[in-house]
Amino acid sequence: MSATTSFARDHTVARRLGRQRRAADKVARVLALAATAVSLIFLASILATLLWYGARGLSLSVFTTITKAPGSHGGLANAIVGSIIQAGLGTLIGTPIGLMVGTYLAEYAERSALGNAVRFVSDILLSAPSILIGLFVYQVMVAPFGGFSGLAGAVALAIIVIPIVVRTTEDMLRLIPVSLREAAIALGAPRWKTIVFICYRAALDGILTGVLLAVARVAGETAPLLFTSLGNSDYAGLNSAMASLPVTIYQYAASAFDDWVQLAWTGALLVTLGVLGINVLARFVVRRR
Amino acid sequence: MSMVTQNTLPGGSTLAHPASVSAIDGPVRLAIRGVNFFYGTNRALKDIALDLPERRVTGMIGPSGCGKSTLLRVLNRMFDLYPGQRATGEVMMDGANILAPGIDLNALRSRIGMVFQKPTPFPMSIYDNIAFGVKLHERLNRAEMDARVEWSLTRAALWGEVKDRLTAPASGLSGGQQQRLCIARTIATRPEVILLDEPTSALDPISTLRIEELIDELKRDFTIAIVTHNMQQAARCADQVAFFYLGELVEVGTASQMFTAPKQRRTQEYITGRFG
Repeated sequence: MSATTSFARDHTVARRLGRQRRAADKVARVLALAATAVSLIFLASILATLLWYGARGLSLSVFTTITKAPGSHGGLANAIVGSIIQAGLGTLIGTPIGLMVGTYLAEYAERSALGNAVRFVSDILLSAPSILIGLFVYQVMVAPFGGFSGLAGAVALAIIVIPIVVRTTEDMLRLIPVSLREAAIALGAPRWKTIVFICYRAALDGILTGVLLAVARVAGETAPLLFTSLGNSDYAGLNSAMASLPVTIYQYAASAFDDWVQLAWTGALLVTLGVLGINVLARFVVRRR
Repeated sequence: MSMVTQNTLPGGSTLAHPASVSAIDGPVRLAIRGVNFFYGTNRALKDIALDLPERRVTGMIGPSGCGKSTLLRVLNRMFDLYPGQRATGEVMMDGANILAPGIDLNALRSRIGMVFQKPTPFPMSIYDNIAFGVKLHERLNRAEMDARVEWSLTRAALWGEVKDRLTAPASGLSGGQQQRLCIARTIATRPEVILLDEPTSALDPISTLRIEELIDELKRDFTIAIVTHNMQQAARCADQVAFFYLGELVEVGTASQMFTAPKQRRTQEYITGRFG
């Protein structure tokens, strides 16, 4: 039984390897923590600055008074309402289109050339600079009809919403197991009923999350609105130039008037809180089941 | 009692269209004749001829990849979903070939239902799981639908366990309950044939036993084909048993004959566990 000796371990080697592993683990952990701290410091300082400068301007009149000339105690009411209208309408326009395109890509165009082309274009749109989208809508909706409008702003935001919803819809539909589709089809369900009543329902949380994230994204968009809805010092209909929070922040922050700068800070805080709220809502939707 | 106990010879197509290919006398619900199946160019079924006797259970056994599940997916045209898969031959039901082009597939699938290996509850309530399939083919008022849901859940031996929570999500049921719900969902459309593709392979022994008892009870009304890897299950549930190997139907016989006196050497080797 002399062979058994060859299996005996050299414990000094094992101890040395163990020390090295523990040291490497410590280094990796410190580096990871440092990187996390750096990114959190930036985030925290942005939030702290916003709260510091923004909160002091918060009052009921911000929500009840429209923007006014410097020194005359204006608020942000028209900008808040305009942002809600444009982001809401943009989402209402963009979501059904994105949903249908995403459905086409996931369910009907799996290996088709057209499907690949659509997916490619949609992904490009997803990362396109939003100012280009603003310029595009300016060319097709503002310049020809002789005026900035809230509707044009909503359309520009819809174009940003579409590729986000396309991507999440396709991804979520692809996650649905084949067995679930087959089960519906085996009952005699036609394809469209399988998609609408089974697949959408199974993917609902994911798709809803995608839509909410799209809302959060467009709520803070400035560039596409500069060329489309422009801004307005009063409440406005969809056919005329319309105020929005991001554009108001952009205009007020660079102004020479202290009360406008203060309103810009407060507006920035409101946008951030709104986006944060939507993100929290999206997480809540995901966790519901 | 048994008329034909073997039919397909290796590569032999001379017996591809015999008059009867069943171990049991009586009316035939589905007559499979000369069926070949292709995954692309790969031939997965070779000249299959088999009868499914009415209101009897046909067990399909054989090693993995032998074609038994493929045959089930031919019978309700499930393979039509996938380009590159095709079947040739005939499957006759009430004088019509269900493999013929132009067949209304949704109507066919309401007549030939299928239950899968893993339970697949739809993301909706227990009640709606049943109603979904029924609504595809019938217009029922609320009272009729309530009655249909109760009937199918009762037949699937699930009513007692779920009658107080019909509006609860089906995903909250246990695996065995979910599979019985899937069976209830299938029989709710009142099919003539039920295809069971390894329905208990994902279930615990108690749930398996309940499903087997259920099969025994369901064959009073439905013609059943069950694919199983469990030899005891085939012996317990099936009236006739068909053994498949490498895409061929090697032998078909009554359950007792197949498990006590198989005629083919390959059948005997498989049943006794020498391969597979």
